[in-house]
Amino acid sequence: MIHSPYVRKAVSVQRTMGLVLLALIPGIVAHALLIGPGVLVNLAISTITAVGAEALMLHLRKRPVAIAVGDLSAVVTAWLVTLCFPPIVPWWLTVCGALVAIVAVKHLYGGLGQNPFNPAMIAYCSMIVAFPALMSQWPPAGQLSFDTQLALILGGARDIDGITGATALDALRTGLRSGTQTVDAVLQGSAFGALGGRGWEWISVGYVAGGLFLLAKRIITWHMPLAFIGVLAGISTLFWLLDPGRFASPLFHLASGGAMLAAFFIVTDPVSGATTPRGKLLFAGGIALIAWLIRNFGAYPEGIAFGVLLMNMCVPLLDMKTQPPVFGHHKDAKGGGK
Amino acid sequence: MKIFRFRGGIHPEGNKDPTACHPIARLPLPQRLYIPLQQHIGEPAAPEVEVGDHVLKGQRLARHQGSVSAPVHAPTSGRVIAIGDHMAPHPSGLPVQTITLEPDGEERWIETEPAVDPFALTRAEVSARVRDAGIVGLGGAAFPAAVKLDAGNRHPIDTLILNGGECEPYLTCDDRLMREGAGYVVEGVRLIANGLGAKRTVIAIEDNKPEALEAMRAAAAAHPGIHVLRVPSRYPMGSEKQLVTTVTGREIPAGKLSAEIGVSVHNVGTALAVCRAVRFGKPLVSRVVTVGGGAIRNPRNVVVPIGTPAGDLIDFCGGFTEPPTRVLMGGPMMGQVLPGLEAPVVKGTSGIIALTAAEAHAASERACLHCGRCVDVCPVGLVPLELAARVRAGRIDDAAELGMGDCLSCGCCAYVCPAHLPLAHLFNYAKGEIAARREAQRKAEETRKLAEARRLRLAAEAAAKAARRPARPAETVETES
Amino acid sequence: MTMILSVVAVAALGLALGWLLGLASQWLGATTDPVVERIAEALPGSQCGQCGFAGCAQAAAAVAAGDAPVTLCPPGGRAVAEKLAQILGATFDPGNLPDRGPLLARVRTDACIGCSRCIKSCPTDAILGATKQLHVVLEEACIGCGACAEVCPTGGIDLEGIPVTLRNWRWHKPGVGHA
Repeated sequence: MIHSPYVRKAVSVQRTMGLVLLALIPGIVAHALLIGPGVLVNLAISTITAVGAEALMLHLRKRPVAIAVGDLSAVVTAWLVTLCFPPIVPWWLTVCGALVAIVAVKHLYGGLGQNPFNPAMIAYCSMIVAFPALMSQWPPAGQLSFDTQLALILGGARDIDGITGATALDALRTGLRSGTQTVDAVLQGSAFGALGGRGWEWISVGYVAGGLFLLAKRIITWHMPLAFIGVLAGISTLFWLLDPGRFASPLFHLASGGAMLAAFFIVTDPVSGATTPRGKLLFAGGIALIAWLIRNFGAYPEGIAFGVLLMNMCVPLLDMKTQPPVFGHHKDAKGGGK
Repeated sequence: MKIFRFRGGIHPEGNKDPTACHPIARLPLPQRLYIPLQQHIGEPAAPEVEVGDHVLKGQRLARHQGSVSAPVHAPTSGRVIAIGDHMAPHPSGLPVQTITLEPDGEERWIETEPAVDPFALTRAEVSARVRDAGIVGLGGAAFPAAVKLDAGNRHPIDTLILNGGECEPYLTCDDRLMREGAGYVVEGVRLIANGLGAKRTVIAIEDNKPEALEAMRAAAAAHPGIHVLRVPSRYPMGSEKQLVTTVTGREIPAGKLSAEIGVSVHNVGTALAVCRAVRFGKPLVSRVVTVGGGAIRNPRNVVVPIGTPAGDLIDFCGGFTEPPTRVLMGGPMMGQVLPGLEAPVVKGTSGIIALTAAEAHAASERACLHCGRCVDVCPVGLVPLELAARVRAGRIDDAAELGMGDCLSCGCCAYVCPAHLPLAHLFNYAKGEIAARREAQRKAEETRKLAEARRLRLAAEAAAKAARRPARPAETVETES
Repeated sequence: MTMILSVVAVAALGLALGWLLGLASQWLGATTDPVVERIAEALPGSQCGQCGFAGCAQAAAAVAAGDAPVTLCPPGGRAVAEKLAQILGATFDPGNLPDRGPLLARVRTDACIGCSRCIKSCPTDAILGATKQLHVVLEEACIGCGACAEVCPTGGIDLEGIPVTLRNWRWHKPGVGHA
């Protein structure tokens, strides 16, 4: 610090990442309690893989390993990868996901702060394309014992069609596609709870709690969660009112799938997201719009990941076109202009 | 009165209590005073005394030269023992032409001319008295105050703002001045208003200084044209542009003076100096300096003769409790490193702040996360992370296009950066580079013109020679020359 | 089997992509057509000859053809080198530039015999004075090319760097430190 300012706010990359991890804990606890502790095993596997890959890549890139690993950014990536995967995926799928996120998405683009795409979302998309069956097996709430989950994660046998059920979004899609059922009829099924998918809805509440914590700590700003939730709620309300038989309610959309995890933890990824206030609104709103379109009309039950990646591509343009008005150059400033 | 909001800004820890609670102390005369001839923006002053001369307190040592300049006066009576280079109070530590004065301890004033009725003076007279007193902006920028007053002749000023923002952490000299000398400050601001022909006067004080606000309200109660305005504490409230927006809702267009939109802003200390100069005829020879920071044993505000070495001031305040990581001139947000304890206090020195390592939160730089916090806090509306990336890559022209020139160097972006990027440093480097390039460009154009002129001259000379040699007849010479 | 295959495949994919990126950066470096006029435009145009070419036009042709480095112009210094590099789409190593800013010629009063040779040699007419009188350099017009110093019979002209003062001091670029 040879140049001012000589005082700094007590913030750091490590503290930011640490708080994000802390904020994820309510959702993880709910996850472990309601669905089963299998997620914890996969969290451990992905964390070890990601940190190991991070260290290896830093070493290969001849960068200081200790400081960069210590900033916890690899751990955040690992946790997000695991939390958007089904909790009972076999261990090697978790390893692959973590490797894709850290090696291909993060370090091949230049490491922390340089990747144009969201690592967790690339991991999710590449794995759902490569292993669609495994990536679609979401266990129903509280029906799989820890032993079964452990066997599924560590063992090779995957004859589990009998034990996993369809997720809420899956069930809704299949039900509606069959053409015989309305939304209301589908929602009577066993996959659904009070708000959205049974059990999963409370995990979403956990993520919201964590997200509010991040907002309070000013790690994230209100722009992205609000725009994401607002657009998703707005467009689903509109279509639900128009035809409640074909379109699910906004509450269902918000409480199902990864909507809340995305609103507070995925969309808000600073590195691959927009940075200006208006850019953030457009970015998150765009993701919500794409996600809703894919959920209703696309080939995949969940569309947030694709929405994130598509909007990631727009970030440079968004940032360029949404720079805040510069002081002294306002149109209404007398005699303004350069 | 309505208050307008400006964009961005931060709320740094004030750390003002340790100095704000003590009355202003008076520094005993130091052994030597080092009075630089350049303490202001503009041309340096030209010395009028010689080595060996005995001077009286308030005697002019150097006169102003050029339209933007300020004279320098003797802070006490004594003997001039040297005129030459001494370390400038500037981060470079470069030498500056300096008059060294050995005080005789008598503090004998030169004869002054108090004004019988300072409010009867014409605008030109007020301006002349302010100029002759060597008054510059005491908030830190040190712009000659008389030049600001004269701007009122060219542009009608409707609002005079007294800047009691003092938004920099640690600094409390304006706070104490307003508490202890409210009457003089109010008189000073009335004289400035007279000098400018301003219709209304607003004294803007941040809400973290309730005592100063009270004192100023009481002192200004008798004058209906003066509004004392409580403004929120938000850095950089004390920046001229942000304060003008807060008080008037108007935005100073880029590259223009505040006078061009009918507003003039002066600092609290400047108002006091104007009062002393116009009413009592006394030049600016001392100022209040905040000596603070965690490494100072007895932090407090001190009245200091101009030219006192920073070290004497620190000794007076009990010295250091621990080795400071940084000793600064001015506040920690926009102040600069003191190059050495022998560097003197000058007219623009608002504080000497010695920070401990714990206060500075220094940390090594990391990669930018694109978190956008710098964008949120920038009071100008720039995108610091994009600017920094371009400056780093040497793309200064691209940075200029994104608004580099509009940066205030307030340091908000660097303050909040979790990656600890040296944003303000990068931007000051870029602004210097832009200025250097403009200068190089100007010189290159000049060179091209000179070279072209020389080519034409040589060609003409050769032609004239050629014409003269073979044929005497004068017709050819005339057609060719 | 699937698990091993997928781990290997992802790892191999990563390595292959990285390798390709590395190759691409070597082979696909940006090249633009050299434009002699644009280079000539960027050069000072004072024909001082310090670069070793007869004049600025010849120097421009050499730079465009790649026979001379972008750092060839001493009076132009870093700014011109940067500009030339930009025109050529090339990078340049500032370390190759002599470690000095622009220079100014200064006539030593005790050595000047008033021969006026320097006046004739100056490409920008920056030296004033009549025969048998002391010559002075106009700092504003001097480009520090050194032509005058070469012709001075008494060696009475020094080339000096412009001293750093409070007025022209600037912040240096902060050191680059990336994680």
